Amino acid sequence: MAALQTPAAESDFAAASLQGASVRFGELTALSNITLDIPVGEFWTILGPSGCGKSTMLRLVSDLIPAAAGSAVIFGKSTEEARLAREIAFVFQDATLLPWRTALSNVELPLEIGRKRGVTIPAGDRTPMELLEMVGLKGRENALPHELSGGMRQRVAIARALVCQPKLLLMDEPFGALDEMKRDLLNMQLLEIWRETGTTILFVTHSISEAVFLGQKVLMLQAHPGRIKQIVDIDLPSPREIKIRETPRFNKYCSELRALLEEC
Amino acid sequence: MATVDLPLDEEAQEHNSSFPLFSERFMKVAIPVGTAVALIAIWQLGVRIFEVPTYIAPAPSDVAAEFYGEFPLLMRNFWPTLYESITGFVVGNLAAILIAIAFVHSKGVEKAFFPIAVFINTIPILAIAPILVLIFGAGMTAKVVIAALICFFPTLVNMVRGLQAVTPQTLELARILSASKSEIFWKMRLPSSLPFLFSALKIAATTCVIGAIVGEWIGADLGLGALIIDSTFNFRAPLLYATVFLSSGLSVFLFTTVSVIEKLVVRW
Ligand SMILES: Nc1ncnc2c1ncn2[C@@H]1O[C@H](COP(=O)(O)OP(=O)(O)OP(=O)(O)O)[C@@H](O)[C@H]1O
Ligand SMILES: [Mg+2]
Repeated sequence: MAALQTPAAESDFAAASLQGASVRFGELTALSNITLDIPVGEFWTILGPSGCGKSTMLRLVSDLIPAAAGSAVIFGKSTEEARLAREIAFVFQDATLLPWRTALSNVELPLEIGRKRGVTIPAGDRTPMELLEMVGLKGRENALPHELSGGMRQRVAIARALVCQPKLLLMDEPFGALDEMKRDLLNMQLLEIWRETGTTILFVTHSISEAVFLGQKVLMLQAHPGRIKQIVDIDLPSPREIKIRETPRFNKYCSELRALLEEC
Repeated sequence: MATVDLPLDEEAQEHNSSFPLFSERFMKVAIPVGTAVALIAIWQLGVRIFEVPTYIAPAPSDVAAEFYGEFPLLMRNFWPTLYESITGFVVGNLAAILIAIAFVHSKGVEKAFFPIAVFINTIPILAIAPILVLIFGAGMTAKVVIAALICFFPTLVNMVRGLQAVTPQTLELARILSASKSEIFWKMRLPSSLPFLFSALKIAATTCVIGAIVGEWIGADLGLGALIIDSTFNFRAPLLYATVFLSSGLSVFLFTTVSVIEKLVVRW
């Protein structure tokens, strides 16, 4: 019997694969010749000086802006196909909730968009209510965004991002505006969500210790034009605890990255 | 499902900002009411002490007596003005909202019609009212059109601003969710325009009454505007004052109605 040609399994593809990708805004080259593969299920953090193109990279991957040269491929598909299939979710620096909707109905928004047009919306295993519970907002589902604190709003945004069970979760300084305590708390939660859902995460941050604490790999970008400086493997035991930040290994990674950042 | 347990750190600061104390609320009402009562008392005393003739300035008691005595006449003139104001309010604002939607969806339409809207807005309503009375005759239509016209421009400008008030970030969210143009309109643009719309509607709630009354000045047999002209020329000062108070009562009523609806609709 002739062996049937099996279609390539999803795992044959990288979650995100950039091949010589560049982004230009008029004269300015925001990203230049980026080539990298992010394997499925990994947690990468992105560090780099301000204006080096971190946000631009996430916006390229999520099909918000086109590549001027090269290609960006998500799970073997074009970024547009991945966007239409709801495989990508984005968490912005400010929660970007709709202020007239309650926490729960903000989380439900992605399920409503396209429903009347007959778009198949990949609903996750968890209902919006369960997602709110998972991010610790049980009992606050009927609160309007202005009745929630910054950290709570950001958690609603995370629940909203998870509602379609994205395979690739992009986060652009999601905890940048929070104080250290809340940031630690949400970092722990995020790691737990990551372990549970197995989604691939690309996480932009300005904080070196946050990058080391969360990432399996830290992607260091440098500016003018935005390009890869180095990809640093973070070999720390998992699951990670807050305590890990007091270990010499952790601090060694931090000082290494700080030195790299200073060279940029 | 593993629930990520958290110390509910942030819940401490609840959102039920305590209501002002009873005495505070009482004072908030008592101070303006007390001031008004005092002013009326001064007015009454002033007119009596200086023996001002009633046809020049009536005492509050004269006005109140007239209000009571001529109540049927006042009401007969109140209803047409109420009708014209509300119809003008609805027509003018609806037109403004629809045109604002057209402007936001097509730059071409905006470029073509916005200068015209600005031009019409620069013509004083007192100047345009006779023209409209000539066109539409002495019936109610002319008054409705004048009331509508006076509402139109502030609502147009505010509604355009409101529909454009969606943050770029929200539009990026819409794109990531692959939202259609109509979904963006109904789920994002329209709700975010509501606070802007209501601040325009509150302006319109008082100006539509002005529009109707100005229309009635130019030519009408009935209406508060007609009664104002009538009582002036007949030196019936108490009736004039009563009519003016009724007109401003109508404005206050419409304004309050819009404010209450705003509170119910715009809760964020
Ligand atoms: N829409 C745009 N139009 C023109 N230039 C842009 C646009 N978006 C970004 N840029 C430019 O591209 C470069 C990279 O911007 P980007 O926002 O990706 O930086 P970043 O690394 O995210 O910075 P930060 O850490 O401050 O958020 C910057 O020089 C910025 O000015
Ligand atoms: Mg950025």
